[in-house]
Amino acid sequence: MAEAAAITAEQVKHLAELARIAMTDVELERMAGEIDTILSHVARVSEVATDEVPATSHPIPLSNVLREDVVGTSLSAEQALSGAPAQDQGKFLVPQILGEE
Amino acid sequence: MKYQDAVAKYDPVLGIEVHVELGTATKMFDAAPNTFGGGPNENTTPASLGLPGALPSVNGKAVEYAVRIGLALGCEIAESCRFARKNYFYPDVPKNFQTSQYDEPIAFDGQIDVELEDGTIVPVQIERAHMEEDAGKNTHVGGAAGRIHGAEHSLVDYNRAGVPLVEIVTRPIEGAGERAPEVAAAYVRTLRDIFRALDVSEARMEQGNVRADINVSLRESPDAPLGTRTETKNVNSFRSIERAVRFEVARQADVLDAGEAVVQETRHFHEDTGGTSPGRPKSDADDYRYFPEPDLVPVAPPREWVEEIRAALPELPAARRRRLLGEWGIGELEMRDIINAGLLDQVEATVAAGAGPDAARKWWMGEIARLAKQSEVSPEALATPEAVAELQQLVEAGKLNDKLARKVLAGVAEGRGMPAEVMAADGLEIVQDDGALEAAVEAALADNPDVVEKIRGGKMQAIGALMGPIMKATRGQADAGKARELILAKING
Repeated sequence: MAEAAAITAEQVKHLAELARIAMTDVELERMAGEIDTILSHVARVSEVATDEVPATSHPIPLSNVLREDVVGTSLSAEQALSGAPAQDQGKFLVPQILGEE
Repeated sequence: MKYQDAVAKYDPVLGIEVHVELGTATKMFDAAPNTFGGGPNENTTPASLGLPGALPSVNGKAVEYAVRIGLALGCEIAESCRFARKNYFYPDVPKNFQTSQYDEPIAFDGQIDVELEDGTIVPVQIERAHMEEDAGKNTHVGGAAGRIHGAEHSLVDYNRAGVPLVEIVTRPIEGAGERAPEVAAAYVRTLRDIFRALDVSEARMEQGNVRADINVSLRESPDAPLGTRTETKNVNSFRSIERAVRFEVARQADVLDAGEAVVQETRHFHEDTGGTSPGRPKSDADDYRYFPEPDLVPVAPPREWVEEIRAALPELPAARRRRLLGEWGIGELEMRDIINAGLLDQVEATVAAGAGPDAARKWWMGEIARLAKQSEVSPEALATPEAVAELQQLVEAGKLNDKLARKVLAGVAEGRGMPAEVMAADGLEIVQDDGALEAAVEAALADNPDVVEKIRGGKMQAIGALMGPIMKATRGQADAGKARELILAKING
């Protein structure tokens, strides 16, 4: 089993951007090492995953758990907004959205 | 570059993604009501707000509708499929991911025939149709005309978050040539008609029930590999679809002619100018890190259930249109108008109730549509097909003329009963009683001796001058032909 390629600071930077987390170069380097260690532990699973073990997304052999299309209890607008840091006109107020147009 | 020059030089290829909101009672993954309108944030649950610990549950009706759509598009229905998380940050997606389907769509590998106005059939390959949820609605505050650019902040209404969607993705549509704009619009129109026929959505473009993302690319020739595409998002009317395709074809041709490369990006369509402008480029931001949704188990539509749904599919719009065109002997354009007005069911039922196709069409598309527009209700709320057929029978029996029939129809629309009842209650039946008509004619002749002289002298058109008083005396219920006969008989007799 070949060793997985080491995680680079560049890859961590990409992940951090996707997750909208600001990280310094020092943090990126440190995190690269930590993630690398975690991944190499997890990679040991592939040592026991033979061809007879199919890839599994759901551990429980269950399908078709469907709900009837019947309206249930919904939140009132007041309840829905009760945890909002800011609101206006019955809507959630969010800061300026960047990165579009 | 002019559009005609662009398509003479380059071969356009289309790819279309259509989202349709399903008309279920509840949302895709929770039991909040799925309704249009209402106050902001009134239709949410912890699940549709993405609150911590809230778990999704799949709407079985939405799955059935997705299967119905898949079958109507000639797709295979997956033996088993699962949901996936599409991760991205945007305020209208409260969970920070959209629950969608990725590598296992519920339906795949279909084909539909798209009929252009002149009858040309363009087959369109369907790559997949998958289930997902809609996002909430952002309102941008502080910028110009509600645009995001320059906005100070945005307001979010999550009523639409979690509304069931089916997204239908085509394979590249090749060979459309200069008719690419028409093909794109006709394809979306065909889908819209199918959704309505399947009764899975109201499919109102103007309400955003059906939204199209249009991919356009150009290549030197039909043999060349596909060019770089752009995706114009959320084009929401047939006319806008045509305009967006025309604009992109001409714009990309200019870029290529200048020796530059088309940038793969999403673009926004602007109704006011008919043009598109760049959104964000396809980049890291499109790393959605899909992974299987751990909170939902797979959906495995049982084969016998799929076959039940297939057997219960209604006649599809294209087949129905061809059948009715043959049966009714009306033109393509007239048929298109009826379909666009959403009145095909009414006209067909009126014909079934005994009216001729022309009369049925005339009533629904004419006076009933006018009354409906006036009172801002739907035409079918004003009259039943049976009432319209009865009205037409009264006209053909000579009991009502066109003007009186419209009066009767107004009474029917007010809920005062069937046409015969309204006619009787208001005394609108054409006067067949010769006594009353004869009296009216005699009075008109006595009052207008000069006109009588003219008629005697051979000026037949002068008869018209007597009709006004006669109609007035009989409250419009005189049979004009009969009145004319009486006038001539009295003058010449």
